[in-house]
Order: sequence, then structure tokens, then C-alpha cells
Amino acid sequence: MIDLVGRRLWFFIISAIIIIPCIISLAVFKLKPGVDFSSGTAMTLRFDKQVELSQLRQEFDNLGYDKAIVQPVKSDGEIEFFVRLPEISSEEKTKLEEGLGIGLGTEVTVLSFDSVSPIVAEGTVRNTIIAVVVASIGILLYISWAFRKMPMPFRWGTCAVIALVHDLVVVIGVFSILGWVAGVEIDALFVTGVLAVVGVSVNNIVVVFDRIRENLKRGVSRDFEVTANCGIIESLGRSLNTGLATLFVIVALYLLGGTTIHNLVLTLLIGIATGIYSSLCIAGQLLVVWDKRDWGRLSSPRKQLETSA
Amino acid sequence: MRRGNTPLLIFILVLFGISIWVILPGSDIFGRDEFKLGLDLKGGSHLVYSIDLTKKDPAQTDADVIEGVKQKIERRVNEYGVTEPIVQTISNERGNFMLVQLPGVKDIDEAIKLIGQTAELDFREIVLGENGEPVLDEEGNPQWVIAKAKGSDGQERELTGKYLKPNAQVVLTPQTNEPEVAFEWNEEGAILFEQITQRNQKKPLGIFLDDQLISAPTVQAVIKDTGVITGVKLDEARTLAIQLNSGSLDVPLTVVERRDIGATLGEDSLRKSLMAGIIGAAMVVIFMIAYYRFSGFVACLALLVFVALNLAIFKLIPVVLTLPGIAGFIVSIGMGVDGNVLVAERLKEELRRGRTLGAAIEEGFRQSWSAILDANVTVFIACIVLYVLGSRLANFLVMGFATTLFIGTLLSMFTQVVVTRTFMRTFVGLGMAKSPGAYGVLKQ
Repeated sequence: MIDLVGRRLWFFIISAIIIIPCIISLAVFKLKPGVDFSSGTAMTLRFDKQVELSQLRQEFDNLGYDKAIVQPVKSDGEIEFFVRLPEISSEEKTKLEEGLGIGLGTEVTVLSFDSVSPIVAEGTVRNTIIAVVVASIGILLYISWAFRKMPMPFRWGTCAVIALVHDLVVVIGVFSILGWVAGVEIDALFVTGVLAVVGVSVNNIVVVFDRIRENLKRGVSRDFEVTANCGIIESLGRSLNTGLATLFVIVALYLLGGTTIHNLVLTLLIGIATGIYSSLCIAGQLLVVWDKRDWGRLSSPRKQLETSA
Repeated sequence: MRRGNTPLLIFILVLFGISIWVILPGSDIFGRDEFKLGLDLKGGSHLVYSIDLTKKDPAQTDADVIEGVKQKIERRVNEYGVTEPIVQTISNERGNFMLVQLPGVKDIDEAIKLIGQTAELDFREIVLGENGEPVLDEEGNPQWVIAKAKGSDGQERELTGKYLKPNAQVVLTPQTNEPEVAFEWNEEGAILFEQITQRNQKKPLGIFLDDQLISAPTVQAVIKDTGVITGVKLDEARTLAIQLNSGSLDVPLTVVERRDIGATLGEDSLRKSLMAGIIGAAMVVIFMIAYYRFSGFVACLALLVFVALNLAIFKLIPVVLTLPGIAGFIVSIGMGVDGNVLVAERLKEELRRGRTLGAAIEEGFRQSWSAILDANVTVFIACIVLYVLGSRLANFLVMGFATTLFIGTLLSMFTQVVVTRTFMRTFVGLGMAKSPGAYGVLKQ
């Protein structure tokens, strides 16, 4: 039988290698907030004839929007431009459209236009933080309740939440890195993705814990390490297969779906992939660490694991 | 075959049949023959106005003012000709807001003006000096003062838009083909207007909207009941007529959030996500059948029932489908696959342990239940929190995702526990797929 628990230190190191850059990026660069969180205006523009980026930037300058951030976006082979401005009113928007049309000598199509004022944005940040905290507490309580017949049910809940936080740090950290590398901004849909990852990730952890719980009841081994490993190995097929099936669909959505949900789907993609890893390689292993006060080894296991089943 | 399985099978098949009938276009159940699409899929504008209650008349309660504003906005939106608009009040710790969704509106800037403008109309006279000449300000402009006259009860009243009958309309002047707004005074308004036109013969009468001069026609004769407002462009005339009919808003509104989605972007997104969903689902079907053989095949049949039930419920509730909503639905398909994989894996194990097929199936379902329940409850918790968050933020995209994921997860539990099991029992009862190999168990 494969030993995923004995060499748990490897997994903790792998996680650390991934997580540390994420944390550093989060600490240094933080997240790049979109209009939902920072207020302002975001718009996507398309022009009838080809327009150079520098030309468009110049045009924004001329119209008095020298703080405008203009980025080209490719969509179906056509070039569109994503523009970030301070919050503008309806009248200013009309003038801007006309000004660009005249300045560039082409028809301007506003594909999407989002404008959010600070009063709304502040509320979004606050409510989002509350939501993530409430969801995590709710899940911690539920797992502690679901595992109430186990010795120390709170331990199961805590390990699940640590594994969950692990997944969230990876997802949020990757977006922080993408923020300064590729200018990816986070929006309300990113939060939606993060909360969905919370649900799906805990789902995976619970399936593994359920198996360990069952093996404990059955008395597979006196050694909790062996029991936990059995549970994880027995869940391996299910976790990988479900994960693969879900990832098929999500990769298809990412590659073929519209740009509107790109960030949502990317959040799910990273979150679900990390969730599979943490449910198999982190969550159960943490239970063992807590039980044995031992972080495991890097070398081959000192004894052959045998199950009584 | 177990007792009770046949009625259950019939129940599932009937449910499936009804779902298909509901989904098919043309089945106008409860008058709904189409899926409801959100703004992000059909294009339109999502607006949030903040309501400035500090400017209200102290005699009125907050609730009355908000209700009044809501009714007037509804009236404006309806007269503008928006199909299926949403006008909703939101009150939270940040203040009072009015959410307005306008699907399919092309000229959003004009619509924003139409809805949010206070639109207080009044008539003003020029202030005359002692010499009978207009008093001019520093820039040489005449000064205007709101025209007052004695009402039916002898009280002095200002002549404003509130004495208009709600039947103003845009007409074109026969000679010049210029647009103008024709209006009619109510009884009280006619009394005031008569006195004011009487004393202002051959003098200009200013028509002001929200303190902006629209036109200042010279009074030619004493007029009682009717009048026209000239000097407006056609779209402005249309907006003004609608605003006059709805009445002016009691408090000012400002746009605090605005999201426009072009119709082409919406259609494009819908087409792309549907394509992605179909390709993804096809891959899942191939994978499930290749790996789990017969269990996989049964799981796919169950998933078909799941998808049909889901879509039927979307149509019946009705759930407004948004792009994130479709993503939520697709994730819930993943959850549906998950339960079936759990069961199929258990089934394999039980078969390896040497159980008979019938016993293995029962045991497989019994053993999987705790994992399916616990795992799905955590998703429910996340969905509920998301939904509450979405409604507090008035973000229909977040709410859309939470709704479809919740419904999907609930239905996927039903599918795994009831549908897959019933199908399995039926097929096995019919004597199909007897060898363990059909379930993906390799010979040891």
C-alpha cells in the first residue's frame, strides 16, 4: 500500500514552497482591487478600425483622463481595450465616447461599462470579509458536529479549516501574483469563486475524513497513522476521479467560456486542483501530526505498514 | 428486484418526462415559455441609485418617501418601454438605495437621466423693476421668480408640475415639425395658470425643469387648461413627457453603481458557455463509462435525469440565469458526478470483497450516504452565505451563482440517493451486467 502519511513531511514542504511565495506576494503587492472594491469606472471598448494602444492612451490624455489605465485584451482574435478610470458620470461618459470617436476617427462600441462609487465599494469589502469568516466558522462548527462521536471532534474541524485556509491562501496568492504580473484585478466574481472553493474544498476533506472515521470505527489498526493512511488511500480513487471529472468541465469553461467569467473559472480551477491535493496530502496528515506530535520523515518509512483488514 | 423499486422507477420516469416537457420551448406552463436570462446574458443596464433622505419633507416618513420614489420610477421605466424591468429598494447600514435593472435598453445614458432626474417643473415670471423693465443680474440675464397665484381656496400657490394631469404627450408642431410636449392642467392648475397668463400678456413665461430653463415663450393670450413646452429635442421631449406624467421625485437620487453589458457581449457569452458546458459534459460521460463501465453508464443516465430536473426547476421557479449561474450549475454537475463516483467506488470495493452483486449495491449506497450528506452540507453552508452576501451587495451575479449551485447540489443528492440506486436495482433485477468486470473490477 502506498504510504501517504508516513512521508507527510514531504507534502508539508511542497505546500510551503507553494504557499510562501503566495504569502510574500500578498504581503508585498496585496491584491489588485477591481472597481467592485476600490470604486471607479471600468469599461471595455471596441473600435471599428484598428487602433494602436499608444494612440488610444494619447487620446485619453487629450481628453483630460491622464490617469486612465488602458490595456489591450484579445477576444476572438479581435482587439478590445480594457480601461480603468476614476468614477465618471453619465454625462462625462457620453462626452468621452464622442471625444474618442472624433479623436480616433472611428466608431466606438462600449461593450461593458461598470462604475462604482466609494460608498458601494466600502460596503463590498466589509461584507465580503464577513462572508468568508461566517462561512469558515459555519463549516468548522458543522464538521465538529458531524464528527461529534469521534474523540475530540473539534480537532477534525480545526484540521479541515487549516487545510481549507491552505487552499484559500494558494488561490488568493496566485491572484496576487497574477495581479502584478498580468494586471489581473479581483472583483465580486472572484469572491464568488473563493467561496465556492470553500464549499468544494471542504467537501473533499470531509470525504477523506469520513473514510478515516469509518476505519477508526472498524478498528483497522491500533496505530492512528495506519488508520488515517488507509482512509486516504481508499479515498484516492474517488478524489482523483471526481476531481478529474470536475476539472474537465472547468477547463472547458476556461478555454471556451466568455471572458466575463474568466476569473471566476480560474479561481475554481486553482481552488479545486489545490483542494484535491490538500484533501489527500494535508488534511488527514495534520490529524496524524496532532495525534502523534510528529511531523513525519523525508526518508522511506521505518516500518512496513500493514492493515488488519 | 426489491419491492417498492418499480413504483419508484415509474415515479422517476414520470418526473423526467414532465421535466423534458417543461424544458422544451413552446410548453407555456404558467405563461413562461423561455428561460429567464440575466442582464449579463441579454445585455442591459444595472443601476443603483442612492436616495438622499436628508432632503425630504420632514412631515413625511422615510418609508413613504422611498415608496413614492419607487412607484414613480416604476412608472417612468414602464412608460419608457422596458420589458421585464426590476425596481427594488435596498436598505442597509450604508443608506437607502434603489436598484433598477433595465434589460435590453440601448440608450442607457438617456434612460439614466429619465429615471434619476428629480424632474421638478415650475413656471417663472421675470422680476420687473419699478420702471417696468426686467431686473438684470451682473451677467445681464433677467431674474426669474416662481409664478404664484391665488388658488381655489384663496391661498397663494406656486405654479409647478404637480398641478398637471398625468397625460402629457409629445406632439410635432404642424408647421415646423419641431417636437413639443403638450400638457393639460387639472382644475387647480387651470385656476392658477389663467391668472398668471392674464398678468403676463406679451411677456415671457419661463418653464424650468430642476432649476434649468427649458424655454421662455411669450404669452400671447389668456390660457386656462392646456399648454405646450417647446425648445426640446425629440428624445428630451419624450423623457420630459414621461417624467411629467410620473410626477417629480420627492428627494434627489444619484447613481452610485452602474453596470452596462452590451447585448452582443451577452449573446456571445451565452453561446460560448453552452458550448463549453456541452463539451465538458461529453468528456465526463466518456470518462465515467470508460472507467466505471456499467456503473458509469448508469451514473450518466442518472446525470441526464439530474440535468433535466435542474433545467425544469430553473424554468419553473423561475431562476434568472446569469453567466456565473451557469458556472454554478456546471460545478453542481461536478457534485453530481462526485456522488456517483463515491457509490461506484464503494460498489467496486464491495465486489472485490466477494459480495454478491445485489448485496454490494445495497452496501455501496448505504456506506456512501454519510460522506455524501456531510460533504454536501458544507456546500450548502457556502451557498447560503454567498446568497446573503450577494443580496446585501445587490450583486445579481453572486446571487445567481449561489442559487444554481444550491439547487444543483440539492438535486444531485436526490439523484445519487434515489435515481442512481433505482436504476441500478432495475438493471440488476433484469439480469443485466452480472460480471464484476462490468463495474470496473479487474481480475485479481
